Amino acid sequence: MQIDWFPLWLSLKVASIATLLSLLLGLWVSYLLANRKFRGKAVLEAAVTLPLVLPPTVLGYYLLVLLGRESLLGRFYEWIFRSPLVFTWQAAVVAAMFHTIPLLVISARAALESVDRSYERAARNLGASEWRVFWRVSLPLAHRSILAGALLAFARSLADFGITIMIAGNIPGRTQTLAVAIYDAVEAGNAALARALVIVISVVAVAILSLANRLVSRQAAR
Amino acid sequence: MIQARIHKSFPPGPHFAAFSLEVEFQASNGVSVLFGPSGSGKTLTLDSIAGFVKPDEGRILLADELLFDAASGVNLPPRARHCGYVFQNHALFPHMTLRQNLAFAAEDRPRLERHRKVNEMLERFHLTELAGRHPHEVSEGQKQRCSIARALIGTPKLLLLDEPARGLDAPLRTELYALFRQVRAEFQIPILLATRHLEECFQLADQMSIFREGRVVQSGSPRSIADRPANLEVARLLGIFNLLQAEIVELDPQRNLSRVRLWGCDLSGPYFPGKLRGDRLWLCVRPEQLSVSAREGRPGPNQVPAQLIRTIEMPQAVRLEFAGDLTVELSRPEFEKQKHNKEWLVNFPAQALRVL
Repeated sequence: MQIDWFPLWLSLKVASIATLLSLLLGLWVSYLLANRKFRGKAVLEAAVTLPLVLPPTVLGYYLLVLLGRESLLGRFYEWIFRSPLVFTWQAAVVAAMFHTIPLLVISARAALESVDRSYERAARNLGASEWRVFWRVSLPLAHRSILAGALLAFARSLADFGITIMIAGNIPGRTQTLAVAIYDAVEAGNAALARALVIVISVVAVAILSLANRLVSRQAAR
Repeated sequence: MIQARIHKSFPPGPHFAAFSLEVEFQASNGVSVLFGPSGSGKTLTLDSIAGFVKPDEGRILLADELLFDAASGVNLPPRARHCGYVFQNHALFPHMTLRQNLAFAAEDRPRLERHRKVNEMLERFHLTELAGRHPHEVSEGQKQRCSIARALIGTPKLLLLDEPARGLDAPLRTELYALFRQVRAEFQIPILLATRHLEECFQLADQMSIFREGRVVQSGSPRSIADRPANLEVARLLGIFNLLQAEIVELDPQRNLSRVRLWGCDLSGPYFPGKLRGDRLWLCVRPEQLSVSAREGRPGPNQVPAQLIRTIEMPQAVRLEFAGDLTVELSRPEFEKQKHNKEWLVNFPAQALRVL
């Protein structure tokens, strides 16, 4: 049987880029949530975790409205990159980020909050700016938990189906991710292909999760 | 020179009662000890000076620089305050070696100078051989030395230490006290040290302030405070006195004489200004100022019969505990002479008598 591995590579690419982007954004948000008091903090907290509870179709719908070719953001994107966002693999990245950001923020915030405050105080006392305190003290002390959270987020984003199909569609060879390809194979009655892809994604997921668990337990043992 | 006036109140919460800190003090170069039980506001005072806690009211002035002033809204961030802080748990960065810990504190300096400074401090605090190790790989005393070195490497204008001897055993304490003396001599800055141990005050302090429930109840040199506790509270906190309820039966300012009745016996002492005949008050005498003798017949002048409850062997002395919360501390040879007494008299030398 000839298996087209494109969906696997696409899924891995999309999940990696989504995880990296959400690390940047998620670290910043979790830093704010862990260290600062500000108005609207509760709203931000809720907004960040919302994607965990809303149905994917609802999220997909929001994204279509927000990023569609008629929307402000959509047109802005088109103006910069000279092509529309929806129904491209880049849209699948955006879809995946809705899964990665909540998980990342939750774990990174908990990790940052669990860093003993006296280390951060000591760093400030020794003349370090907030920026240096974060990069040199808080982050290194929390990095294992954050990395584990990022792996978890990566694994979760591999599994997205609903949002991806709504804003990236199901274009074989272009936007068809692994989860979508499995759906496609089952629909088309190609049981052998579906089985193969299911096994592949399961193995990848188990490998990532066990790596994440090892990171966390090694930190606890220290 | 540091001058601080700090007011900070906390409303009662679900897990703690209301607390308010209202202290005012100043300290010049040398060691000033903040002495008090836990929860008396010592750490909060240090944290306010270092800038970790923002007082509600007050003013903190360090070497002519205003660190905090509620009235004019000045509140420098911790990084701009130039206060070295030695934390209770050392707070050495666990992911850095000792050398890196020191270098972190000197990062604003040019590379070569930083290198030189770090080496100098490692040398000075006997850490050179351990420089490549992480904090969890060195002993408690070495961590202590490293955290003091780290606090001093940026040449702070003030050094704050929060219970530095906590968790150290006796030899390490002695070593630490020696280190403090070295630091006091080499760095001409005020050193504020919070502790619950009176021993530390006597070993180290040029000056001490006694904290109780967020207030400074007395300050002065340790010697003067031990000789003249300001009131019953202070005497109780110091825990080095016999506090016995007595009554004044005679006062004679002309002859500088007084008589105090304790347990039915009259003791003569110096004149106590500001007291009246018939006042019930507290006799405050240190155990080592008392002596004992065997009771034969009636007690003589300034002697009180007492019933021995137990004797406690101490490293350099023997403590005799009598009924009625009266303790006498004798040197060992003295105790050997007295130990066969059946009934006891406690002698109160007139010049040792003090009343509160």
